[in-house]
Amino acid sequence: MDEKTLIARRVALELMDGDLVNLGIGLPTLVARYVPAGRHVFFQSENGIVGMSGPITGAENHDLTDAGGSPISALPGAASFDSALSFGLIRGGHLDVTVLGGLQVDRAGRLANWMVPGKMVPGMGGAMDLVTGARRVIVAMQHSAKGEPKIVEHCALPLTSVRRVDLVVTDLAVIEPTDAGLVLKETAPGVTVEQVLANTGCELIIAPDLRSMPIEG
Amino acid sequence: MKNKLISLEDAVALIPDGASLLIGGFMAVGGPNRLVDELIRQGKRDLTIIANDTSRPTYGLGKLVVEKLVRKVVTSHIGLNADTQKQMIAGAIEVELVPQGTLAERIRAGGVGLGGVLTPTGVGTIVEEGKRTVEIDGTTYLLELPIKADFALVSAKQADLYGNLTYALTARNFNPLMAMAGATVIAEAEDILPVGCIPPDAVMTPSVLVDHIVTTAAR
Repeated sequence: MDEKTLIARRVALELMDGDLVNLGIGLPTLVARYVPAGRHVFFQSENGIVGMSGPITGAENHDLTDAGGSPISALPGAASFDSALSFGLIRGGHLDVTVLGGLQVDRAGRLANWMVPGKMVPGMGGAMDLVTGARRVIVAMQHSAKGEPKIVEHCALPLTSVRRVDLVVTDLAVIEPTDAGLVLKETAPGVTVEQVLANTGCELIIAPDLRSMPIEG
Repeated sequence: MKNKLISLEDAVALIPDGASLLIGGFMAVGGPNRLVDELIRQGKRDLTIIANDTSRPTYGLGKLVVEKLVRKVVTSHIGLNADTQKQMIAGAIEVELVPQGTLAERIRAGGVGLGGVLTPTGVGTIVEEGKRTVEIDGTTYLLELPIKADFALVSAKQADLYGNLTYALTARNFNPLMAMAGATVIAEAEDILPVGCIPPDAVMTPSVLVDHIVTTAAR
């Protein structure tokens, strides 16, 4: 299993039956593939639909796309709406979970994921509203980038929100930000605590019930 | 009752250089792409564009940026149009980045007569810079100001001859919000129907908001 699949599979275990979920672009979109059997999850696309699903080849519709403009389909029971209602769902506390990529997460559990000054300024799109408003924010990202830790003492990059995220899932670990700091809850299969610590840029608290990610093969 | 039908050419001729335009669509899905192409053909310039994103360089309003017709853009995302980023870094275009939900609410506020909106989004980030904050019941909010424009260019699935509009699926996005916030509203539609064909409960933008309906494309 590659690293992205591992992350997506672990995040998917966090989604509960009946949840309204918004997946960010890139790695987080993979999560939809691994929702555990028996759990019905409603996926939102912020351009205005609840109940999106993958495209049906040959039935693409130019009025039915995801937030990147790619074709999708809609499940029975789907609903479409304008951008104010879509962000009302997000900001108003109606969205159960958002899964977003990350550039950095700091020791206080704050996320930076929308710009690298002078290099990459794509704009925040819906990310600031999602992190501010979702009931649960899960960051899905590689643990380090080009050998540099992405979990750091203080984010050097501009924050997406001052809100503390709820869970960080990487290819090495599951980390939960708390009042006391970042708690290492799980290690990836075959990964040691020492490896996690060596690839992390700030202190981690080892959970007393530390376990291996419940992912097989 | 005034006839609201107008040719594509005449509709765009109403728009002067330097105008501010609300342009519907999300990655140009549900965007008034015929009106955008005609803006380019007529060479309208120094435009201020308010739109969710600047699309891709070859699609919809992304082409306005590539053709260097835009002076300023107010938007949430420019990541898929490298031209916007290049011109911004070169100082050729002014870009105001606004969180997407805030952009929607600022436009809505402009259209419904509100003096602004209070949102928690952006508090403590660089989005807060230069803005007033208001504390209500212990929570800090940013005061975000309304947006209006000289014109709103919207795209509908159906229009009737009075100007009642419907939108399809994710092509709705910013269109109904913008149809309230433009001083002059120009709508293009996939189908134009006789009055009465759109049931009242199905109308998403009431006709009283729409000034001009662009005649259908030749098929």
